[in-house]
Formats: sequence, C-alpha cells, structure tokens
Amino acid sequence: MATKKFMYVNRRAPYGTIYAWEALEVVLIGAAFEQDVSLAFVDDGVFQLMKGQDTSGIDMKNFSPTYSALGDYEVTKIYVEKESLEERGLTLDDLQHLVWEDEDDDWAEKDSIRLVSRAELAEVFAGQDVMFNF
Amino acid sequence: MPIEVDGKVLETDEEGYLANINDWVPGVAEVMAKEDDLELTDEHWDIINFLRDYYEEYQIAPAVRVLTKAVGKKLGKEKGNSKYLYGLFPYGPGKQACRYAGLPKPTGCV
Amino acid sequence: MSILHIVNKSPYERNSVERAVEYLRDGDRLLLIEDAVYAVIRGGKAASLIDGRNAAVLGPDLAARGIAEEKMIDGIEVVDYAGFVDLVEACDKTQSWL
Repeated sequence: MATKKFMYVNRRAPYGTIYAWEALEVVLIGAAFEQDVSLAFVDDGVFQLMKGQDTSGIDMKNFSPTYSALGDYEVTKIYVEKESLEERGLTLDDLQHLVWEDEDDDWAEKDSIRLVSRAELAEVFAGQDVMFNF
Repeated sequence: MPIEVDGKVLETDEEGYLANINDWVPGVAEVMAKEDDLELTDEHWDIINFLRDYYEEYQIAPAVRVLTKAVGKKLGKEKGNSKYLYGLFPYGPGKQACRYAGLPKPTGCV
Repeated sequence: MSILHIVNKSPYERNSVERAVEYLRDGDRLLLIEDAVYAVIRGGKAASLIDGRNAAVLGPDLAARGIAEEKMIDGIEVVDYAGFVDLVEACDKTQSWL
C-alpha cells in the first residue's frame, strides 16, 4: 500500500464536546498504518493544546498530556493556525511545547508545532490525499 | 470476572482489564500472571513498570510499535524488539503487559 | 426580577455569550461555564463582549482548560461550585443560553 498523506483537522475546544478526544484516538489508531500523518489546529481547536490543563475539578479525563505522545507515534507535523491563536488572545507560548525524537539523528528533539497562516495552511491542505475533520 | 488481590475484590472488564486503574497494586500483576501460568521475573517487571510510567505521563497505553521503540531507548536495544517482548509476554506485550499493569487495552489494539 | 444568565458555549463558535450579554438588565448576572469560559482570555476578541459586565466564571472549568488567572481580563469574579449555587440563589431565576 502506497503511503498517503492524511490530514486531521481539529476545530473544537476540548471537554465541551467529545470531538477533541475522539480525534486524538483516531489519530493514534491510524498511526499504526504508517501513513504520512499531519494534524492541524484551527479555530477553537487551538484550545486543545493549551498548557497547564487541570481537569481534577470537573471529573473528566485530562487528555492534554497525550499530545506529547504523538511524537512516539511518528506524528511530527502539527500545524497551528496563527489567525486562530491571535483572535483568541493566545501565542505559541500559551501552548504545550510538542517535540519528536529523531531516531536517525541520535534521538535529537525536534519541534513538532509549525505556526502557519491561514493562507499557508490552505496550501498544506491542498497537498493532502485524505482529510479528516473533527 | 472480578479478581481477588490481597483480600480485595477488584472489578475487571469482559477482557480481564482492570475496570479502575486506581485499583492497581503489584499483586494485580501477580494474580493475573498466575492465572496465565506465568512466573513474573525482574524482566517482566521492567516492562510493567515502564508501561505504568508511560501511562502516568501520557494518559494512554502505547501501541506495541511505540512500546517496542520506547523500551529500546530506555532499557537498551537488545530489549527493544518484538521477539524479546513476545518472549516475556506470549499473549502480546501490548495486551498482556498492559493488563498486568492495570492499564486499559492499548489504543489501536483490537 | 433578576435573572442569572448562564452560558456554556464557546464565544468563538456560537453567539450565545454575545446574545446573553445583550439581554443583561440591571441587577442581572452573567455566569460563564464550560466552553464559555474562553471569553475571559485577555486579548481575545470575545473579551470585549463581557468586559465591564460583572461576569462570573466557574473556576474548575477555567483550570480544566488551562486558563491561568493572569490570562484573564480584570473584573471577573471566579466562583467555585458553591459560588455557582450562591449565584442561583441570589437571582430570582436562571436563563441558560444553550
């Protein structure tokens, strides 16, 4: 099977709906098929990556640490849309620092998050084979 | 089927995974291994503890491929291969070891 | 007759916060819970909707979403679940903007 480019587009905030967690599970399951996987965080989706989430007061699973495992699953391209962040009063500093370890480069840590404009992300979308929307 | 560990009855799901991860004590692994006729060695415990640490950090049980790679990095290349891991856990390192460790079934395992 | 207006939807996805604010009368209170708490982030477009409106926000929902105190605009009252109940009691009725 030839490798395809899969893009998962996340546009919902975590916790208020089940979309964010479902997307993450699908990505982790899909990663077993060794495709070329990318994630994009657009609109309220950027809230999924906020630092310092603590769900102990709302009796829900805090799945924000799971994003740090994406690198282990060879998901190394995580696009965050700049306009969505700015509109919400956020910068990259408000988000978790996600990295992946390059096995071929003595496990060097490399940044997974790529801050892109809406126009740039549209170009990335155009280059994908399959889009999944959450 | 609930299991009895240290005099306490712990709920499990239909596949034998602990219903509540917080119920886990080392005795859980011992009891489950005994049911599988398996003697737990230090090598088994390395993997079980590794899985518990992984869950603690990332809130998921890793897929076998991820486990294999991560074990190789943490415990040495000679242990980071499926032959070694299946040798320890013949029912599958993902499923069996995760069950002993009290974790849910690995995401992506069917 | 005072009303406690409760909103639980993100102000960036729905117009519930905006509409609730438009319905606020003197003596009414606005309480943001769940995804509506994102409205309190300073520098965010939605913050202007609730600025100066004596809004209350549910603390556990802020914490869950990683919104620290210093990220919030001024003049927001952070309440816990007991404070939520106090607000319900203090107003004559509640209106949930779903």
